[in-house]
Amino acid sequence: MTSIFDEAGKQIPCSVIEAGPCVVTQVKTQEVDGYEALQLGFDDKKDKHTTNALKGHFKKAGVTPKRKVVEFDNFNKELKTGSEVKADIFAEGEFVDVIGTSKGKGFQGVVKRHNFAGVGGQTHGQHNRLRAPGSLGASSWPSRVFKGMRMAGRMGGDRVKVQNLQIVKIFSDQNLIVVKGSIPGAKGSYILIEK
Amino acid sequence: MDKIKFVEEQSIKVQKHPSFKAGDTITIHYKIIEGTKERIQLFQGVVLQRRGSGVNETFTVRKMSSGVGVERVIPIVSPNIDKIELNKVGVVRRARIYYLRELTGKKARITEKRN
Repeated sequence: MTSIFDEAGKQIPCSVIEAGPCVVTQVKTQEVDGYEALQLGFDDKKDKHTTNALKGHFKKAGVTPKRKVVEFDNFNKELKTGSEVKADIFAEGEFVDVIGTSKGKGFQGVVKRHNFAGVGGQTHGQHNRLRAPGSLGASSWPSRVFKGMRMAGRMGGDRVKVQNLQIVKIFSDQNLIVVKGSIPGAKGSYILIEK
Repeated sequence: MDKIKFVEEQSIKVQKHPSFKAGDTITIHYKIIEGTKERIQLFQGVVLQRRGSGVNETFTVRKMSSGVGVERVIPIVSPNIDKIELNKVGVVRRARIYYLRELTGKKARITEKRN
């Protein structure tokens, strides 16, 4: 994250996204595939890191191998295979949703993972249960723990969507988009932008 | 992350300010926009700290205003800063002089650096 100053001199926290150049690697149609979608590829990778199956796929589209290949439906532009999609399809001031994979936090307890309050104090005979989850349910009925009971476990690394991020600035020659606020994931990770 | 750096360089206007550190006394000429009019307000005080780097660097200035301590945190690249004047260079032993908050009167003095 970084920040930008607006005309009034106000500091706006923002994130920088490299949006493109993406290449259309396949156009899925109702007749052939049974549904309409556009397959975009982003970020070049070396030939030796590409499987033969994918090599054939990229060769058919006439593009270099891409690291990330994602399908988008309801793309409001008619595009042909091989054409480029750049950051200039967005406009400044527009609101977008950003989908990413959140940072992995490892095995975490219930206080951090599910915002449990923990045990209030060290009084009432407690000395070692400050961040304990407490009771998991009743006893003779149901005689089991309900499914989905919130407990400690792996946290982070989930698909997270952040809605309504305003685009503060666009540098279309560099394919950079600056959005207001934070976006999920570590630096340099891949994200999807939805309009 | 040179792309972040690129965005930062594009978005800020680099201003030349005198170099100052914690313990120095400075005067900030701060632009205040009231409706359509713009005026300059002066704020003189002791620098408590400088923190952060690049676009996110800020400094804290403290002054006593009619017996009440007032602190302002201002980003150093803020376009609202018209000018910064360095009034006194103080001699302090640390980079963040939070201990000044507890001191008043004669104890809150900072010795000035002599050339």
